[in-house]
Amino acid sequence: MTLATAGRGLIPQSRVHDLDAVVVGAGGAGLYAALELKQELGPDARIGVVSKLYPSRSHTGAAQGGVCAALGNTEEDHWEWHWFDTVKGGDYLVDQDAAEVMCRDAIETIINLEHLGLPFDRTDDGLINQRRFGGHTRNYGEGPVRRSCFAADRTGHAILQTLFQQCIKHGVAFFDEYQVLDVALPDGPAGRVSGVIALELATSELHAFRARAVLFATGGYGKVFKVTSNAHTLTGDGMAIPYRRGLPLEDMEFFQFHPTGMYKLGFLLSEAMRGEGGVLLNDKGERFMESYAPTMKDLASRDVVSRSIYLEIAEGRGIGGSDFVHLDVRHLGAEVLNKKLPDMSGFIRTYFGLEPLTDLVPIQPTAHYAMGGVPTDIDGRALADEFGRVVPGFYAAGEVACVSVHGANRLGTNSLLDILVFGRRAGKKMAAELADLPEPIADAEAEESVQAMVSGLLSGTDGERPAVIRAELQEVMFAKCGVYRTQALLTECRDAVSALRDRARRLQIDDKGCRYNTDLGEALELGYLLDCAEATVVSALARTESRGGHAREDFPDRDDTDWLKHTFATRSPQTGEMTLAYKPVTITKFEPKPRTY
Amino acid sequence: MDITLRIRRYNPEADEAPHWEEYAVSAEPTDRVLDLLHQVKWYQDGTLTFRRSCAHGVCGSDAMIINGRNRLACEYLVKDAGPVVTVEAMRGMAVVKDLLVDMDPFWDSYKQVMPFLVNDEIPADGKERRQSPADRDRYEDTSRCILCAACTTSCPVFWSDQAYVGPAAIVNAHRFIVDSRDTAKQERLEIMADPDGVWRCRTTFNCVEACPRDIKITKAILEVTNEIGRSGLR
Repeated sequence: MTLATAGRGLIPQSRVHDLDAVVVGAGGAGLYAALELKQELGPDARIGVVSKLYPSRSHTGAAQGGVCAALGNTEEDHWEWHWFDTVKGGDYLVDQDAAEVMCRDAIETIINLEHLGLPFDRTDDGLINQRRFGGHTRNYGEGPVRRSCFAADRTGHAILQTLFQQCIKHGVAFFDEYQVLDVALPDGPAGRVSGVIALELATSELHAFRARAVLFATGGYGKVFKVTSNAHTLTGDGMAIPYRRGLPLEDMEFFQFHPTGMYKLGFLLSEAMRGEGGVLLNDKGERFMESYAPTMKDLASRDVVSRSIYLEIAEGRGIGGSDFVHLDVRHLGAEVLNKKLPDMSGFIRTYFGLEPLTDLVPIQPTAHYAMGGVPTDIDGRALADEFGRVVPGFYAAGEVACVSVHGANRLGTNSLLDILVFGRRAGKKMAAELADLPEPIADAEAEESVQAMVSGLLSGTDGERPAVIRAELQEVMFAKCGVYRTQALLTECRDAVSALRDRARRLQIDDKGCRYNTDLGEALELGYLLDCAEATVVSALARTESRGGHAREDFPDRDDTDWLKHTFATRSPQTGEMTLAYKPVTITKFEPKPRTY
Repeated sequence: MDITLRIRRYNPEADEAPHWEEYAVSAEPTDRVLDLLHQVKWYQDGTLTFRRSCAHGVCGSDAMIINGRNRLACEYLVKDAGPVVTVEAMRGMAVVKDLLVDMDPFWDSYKQVMPFLVNDEIPADGKERRQSPADRDRYEDTSRCILCAACTTSCPVFWSDQAYVGPAAIVNAHRFIVDSRDTAKQERLEIMADPDGVWRCRTTFNCVEACPRDIKITKAILEVTNEIGRSGLR
């Protein structure tokens, strides 16, 4: 394949990288796509992974409990049951054709990962072992099923390492510690994508990565909330960048709050703790989930459990009247806690100084997962509008994307499945389409505007500290755009976010140097967080119903007549005006029904 | 709690030599040392530079020397660190800026040991390869490594000669050497039997003490030397 770089940008040739395909983000989705690209196109293909972290630091590595696939290794299971659970878990906002692909592909994908070396736990027969997980049922909701494949309680770590290892084996080129600042759209937002522009953290120099195909696999934006399970680096970069260029973000109002965040710290105690038999207790020592979800109890879907905890707290049954409840795993015994849940037990000991065998563990819901993101089709191709028009050469996969397989609420383990199935599918599709995509050219306008943005931050002398604005943003989003929402709270939140965006136009950073300027990096990330917050709160304000992760106290019921549709939020780069458009949900098999567990 | 945070600062762009700076910060006893570093970076001096991401001990970004020992800043609590906390960059690697070191040699050593499963055969039924729980258990401990470099940069042999592949790379070689599915054991053992390989370990156990994952590193090193013995390479 030959590549020519027509058109001249601002960035000197020495810092222009001509590649066949560029993957942004080195978590599970990005690495699987890169591996697939290399395998499809052969050893000479120039496949680059650009990430602001070393690949092994990606947040895929923090995923704990498992990844579901209906292997049926320990009891009867069928991918159609998994499909139904995914649709129901998503409160029927799931596009059913996409979820069908995910649940069917799951089986082959998990087997492929085993072939690549993933250290799954095994049954006595040597098969991949499986355990229960929230919302996953047998025979369309009858009771819990063992569907989650796992590597102790560090399944994400095992996935990340395995894919990183295989990418090394296959000669993927890594550009570590480059922060992507823009996407090259030389023909405007309606045209094709032609690469990305990134800041080399070591030197603060801008680099242009030119390629016919670009995959965004940058993860979520949980750092927009005060209490979150997300890493510091999850700042919505890959959502905000296309949004700034006038491309849409889908279903941003749907954000998952995971029930068992460690109190105040926010990071997770895996749902696997309840999958193995752990239960939630209120101040009276009551197993309160029995009254909210009589069948699935503590293993109801996450939005249901998180809301139940909030209601217990609101009614004064938080521990000591406070804002947390207890997770009780004492009865699981040393064997299960130390062998199947060793990391979780370690977290409890390290951060709380408690002993899970004898002590109750304080937990609270924590902002965990963005169901929304860059809209894509089932092959990772990014969509330009609600009518399904594709942006040539632009792909997205993983948490940054919205296929939509999670609808209004993601089931536990389906995030790992999403990154694997759709990361891989995107890689295959990119490989297949590459020859037909136009040759990359420079986007001089983007290079100039990025240069101006960076210079502006480095020369600012009379603004506020980014950390001050970020802390206010996290506070207001958690308090007013959290588990429960109302018209009044969301209106206040929208106005607050808008005021913070204004203030963030004048930032002052201390570090004016070129070497590993993480002060600059954090200021740029704040911009992304503010854009994601805007899309989230405006989308949430418009949706006058309660569905999955979007719970409105003033509109407590799901409204399938008016709201069985996806939100597409767009901001005009010219006027700054936001518009909301809607797209019907694809329903192929399961008619929407009331959702009970 | 009022804490005095002493940080060894060095920015080669601006400083002639490394120097210690003191910062007064206030913290809850259950805060992590990473929280203290963030307090300084976010509200006192934005030029302070370090790596971090997950903040709960799984990504491996923030290994550094705290109170004289290699630890993860996000796993060490203020109540255990005491009222005066000293922080400096890991030893044996070039300081790029403050607490951030040049990791390239570390990744080079990692890549040297073929850290990936080699096995092109796929079971005829298209399903997973079988592996007994006992065989799976053999690499349980070493598959837990998060590549934070705390072990390698605590090793006196590595301090004196960076050509030594180091404990982290050996741990990752072990993870595949004892995996019953792998077919490149011999090649990996040859790499390990190199003069800069496993023989240079002097079992000072610094690595075991430094590992935030409590991996039994010297046990893994011993198992690799035993495998080399069995393979006839020595």
